[in-house]
Amino acid sequence: MRKPALSDEILLSVEKPARYIGGEYNSYNKNPDDYPVKVAFCFPDVYEIGTANLGMQIIYEQFNRRDDAMCDRVYSPWFDLDKIMREKDIPLFAVESQRPVKDFDFLLITLSYEMCYTNVLQVLDLSKIPLHAVDRTEEHPIVIGGGACAYNPEPIADFFDVFYMGESETQYDHMVEVYKDCLEKKLSRKEILEQLAEIPGLYVPQFYEVTYHEDGTLKSFEPVNPHAKARIRKEACREMTPDLPYSIHPIVPYDRGMMDRVTMEAMRGCIRGCRFCQAGMIYRPTRNRDCEYVKKSIIEMLESTGYDEVSISSLSTSDYTDFKEVMDFLIPYCSERKINIGVPSLRIDAFSLELMGKIQEVNKSSLTFAPEAGSQRLRNIINKGLTEEEILNGAKQAFEGGWNKVKLYFMLGQPFETEDDVKAIPILADKIARVYYETVPKEQRHGKCQIQSSTSFFVPKPFTPFQWAPMCDAETFSRKAYLVKDTMREQLNRKSLSYHYHEEKQTELEGVFARGDRKLCAAIEEAYKRGCIYDAWGEYMKFDIWMQVFEEMGITLEFYNYRERSVDELLPWDFIDIGVTKNYLKREWERARQGIVTPNCREKCSGCGAAVFGGGICRENKN
Amino acid sequence: MKIRIKFQKQGALKFIGHLDVMRYFQKMNRRAKLDVRYTEGFSPHQEMSLANPLSLGMTSSSEYADIEFLSWPSRQELIDRLNAVNVPELWVLDARMLPEKAKNAMSITVAADYTLKFREGYKPEDIDAWYEKFFEYTAQPEIIVTKQTKTNSVEVDLKAQIHELERRGNDLFMKIDTGSHSNLKPELLLSSFYASMGQEFNELMFEMNRDELYGEEDGKLKALLDYGYDF
Ligand code: B12
Ligand code: SF4
Repeated sequence: MRKPALSDEILLSVEKPARYIGGEYNSYNKNPDDYPVKVAFCFPDVYEIGTANLGMQIIYEQFNRRDDAMCDRVYSPWFDLDKIMREKDIPLFAVESQRPVKDFDFLLITLSYEMCYTNVLQVLDLSKIPLHAVDRTEEHPIVIGGGACAYNPEPIADFFDVFYMGESETQYDHMVEVYKDCLEKKLSRKEILEQLAEIPGLYVPQFYEVTYHEDGTLKSFEPVNPHAKARIRKEACREMTPDLPYSIHPIVPYDRGMMDRVTMEAMRGCIRGCRFCQAGMIYRPTRNRDCEYVKKSIIEMLESTGYDEVSISSLSTSDYTDFKEVMDFLIPYCSERKINIGVPSLRIDAFSLELMGKIQEVNKSSLTFAPEAGSQRLRNIINKGLTEEEILNGAKQAFEGGWNKVKLYFMLGQPFETEDDVKAIPILADKIARVYYETVPKEQRHGKCQIQSSTSFFVPKPFTPFQWAPMCDAETFSRKAYLVKDTMREQLNRKSLSYHYHEEKQTELEGVFARGDRKLCAAIEEAYKRGCIYDAWGEYMKFDIWMQVFEEMGITLEFYNYRERSVDELLPWDFIDIGVTKNYLKREWERARQGIVTPNCREKCSGCGAAVFGGGICRENKN
Repeated sequence: MKIRIKFQKQGALKFIGHLDVMRYFQKMNRRAKLDVRYTEGFSPHQEMSLANPLSLGMTSSSEYADIEFLSWPSRQELIDRLNAVNVPELWVLDARMLPEKAKNAMSITVAADYTLKFREGYKPEDIDAWYEKFFEYTAQPEIIVTKQTKTNSVEVDLKAQIHELERRGNDLFMKIDTGSHSNLKPELLLSSFYASMGQEFNELMFEMNRDELYGEEDGKLKALLDYGYDF
């Protein structure tokens, strides 16, 4: 039996002890003593959120299916346990083996959201791993970051030995081989890092030197070690072939977690090219998973876990080529077995409405549209290829089909937004309500329709056409939100409309981290030392401490968020090559300025550069 | 038909709550592809119920789940199929088919056995003296404690809820009332004992295991499993 890292006394004194005990059904539970390469994989947030992460499930599978490696999992301890571990000097441990993180060869950290950066420091600190990569010795695990936020690793560059750019599927196996070879040759930590730096997609921050202009912008970014590459090309699978690792027997947490279901990633990437969307660029090109594989895998996932819900996931599932075929198969299979089907990110059209009618049957919950902008003008600027006509038509069909609740998602503060664009949000909501009252005769209505609008604040992200755009300050954001609110009150159907918006403070920090440079490392470390963790959890985010630290360190929101960057500026993430070229992004930025829509990849290839990966939609287009 | 399944809850799974065990069972039934009956209506769920909830932190060697089946394999095959898709800590130990009108485990439970082991670091220095004092306390004709409820306070006689107390080696064995009608928690008896000495009882003092659950028939206790028959 494994020895628990925490005593019963401690476990009984913390909220949800199940977070720390591991041993879930379908977990591998490999004994670290039996494997030469020991990997601890960390999701730097609380257990319930981490277990929902698909990237983590894939990587967990990828290592564990090897004979010479084992992979265990690590999560951020919640505040209560964090405090106890510090008081009693208990090192952070991996949940399955309950062994200290420090005893592993690798600590992989997935960075799916910028607001988790102080939790990364918490994990390193509690694991007793020096926060700075340069202070680590042969005794310490090699700390590797990856995931969506690794595409601008600079704000946390000091804390990582390596970043892995792109999809784990391609290089991890190679990396294990290289590492074993290094161990055999008894190489030093530095020599091992040099060997790793040679692997495609791997970036070792300490092998680069950064200089700045007087105004704080980047002057140069150069490798200072012969093993380090000047540019790092992201890794991507050419096609999503069935031999790739996938979590067909996913772990079943005891608690309900964020996602009480199995998830099948049907497609990677998105053909749409919305100009604000980072995922839409960094996951290019769009690649389908094979239809038969998807069907077969879903059955196996359901059977191996016993879940009664399956979710088909991707950035835009309506664009999955075999969507209809998969659903035709899945609907009878699932209804016979009382299994629910969830299909997020659908475009609302006749087909998807018919589909949702089938899978939601009696209880028609709400219908979701994401127009992202209220006016057609702004939708063209952001390249959201969704017209007002399509929205109203979709709503009409939905109302005819029996729905009466519609949720609308918008973003405030996108480039070139005017007052009229903001007001267009409640006006659009009102138009939808009008459609309801025009379409559904009085006697068939069950009360009013409910049109819920919510807005989030736009944060410019690296590797998007809007990476140069200025971001609004908190005051402007509030003003815009109030404008939506006030305008909504003036609408004819105001009683059928409602409105929520998200907190703007967190957004300001997110903005700084998203487009930050290495100067932020010291500030993140200082904020952590003054008690900032769980910044993603709105109620725990200590905004005042952050602002104080920024002020002391000369970090300004003007520089990182509010200014418009010149297209000639050297950006902190420019050394990363995601396939999509800077030229393409510039072109898109210019087209946005002019309000010109760019067709999606299936209509017409725009030559973004992602064709270098040689697969997916780009190859389909060539055939 | 309703089948009563006996399982254990050991090791780290003592930290999994009652509802999570319920959900675990539903998933396990699906994995084992058993033909469980579902409720009618819009969001159908499996017809099953568990016996009395176990306190978080307590292990058990006999928990019960009553599950309605539409069709079923033999007893041994049912057990094997469940355990093939189970974790060792929740191992299924046995199963019995219940008669047509049997009430569920939760409602018939009247008593339970517990074994309390002194946790490491909490063992009294003089264990004989400890037991002597404890049995002296429990030998009183009545043990009245005041239980605070939301609206008022009621006096209960713990003594009347005790069936049996015994020292087994260094462990303390209790057979006491459990259930909706009369319920005594081992901790309550111990804390009243400590209160009588002017001390506070530390709940961490013992590792507790529930050994068995009973119903009552003809004035005698009957283990819950014995309400059903082999199949
Ligand atoms: C499912 C999902 C969720 C779920 C589950 C989240 C989770 N914990 O995984 C829920 C609903 C909880 C959720 C919440 C949020 N999400 Co979300 N979510 C998604 C979604 C739709 C799918 C993610 C996924 O499974 N991708 C597929 C997997 C295979 O890809 P992957 O995780 O990137 O992993 C691969 C590589 O990146 C790499 N990799 C990943 N990690 C690592 C680590 C190492 C060390 C290495 C080497 C490699 C590596 O290898 C993996 C395999 O190829 C994506 C959109 C998308 N399709 O990507 C958004 C997305 C990730 N979410 C996003 C956001 C913004 C959020 C929220 C912040 C929303 C909010 N405002 O609250 C929260 C954050 C909560 C949190 N703490 O994570 C953004 C992130 C953008 C960004 N970084 O700024 C995305 C990209 C959506 C978008 N278009 O904006 N989300
Ligand atoms: S190269 Fe063309 S088809 Fe491929 S992702 Fe870019 S725009 Fe789309």
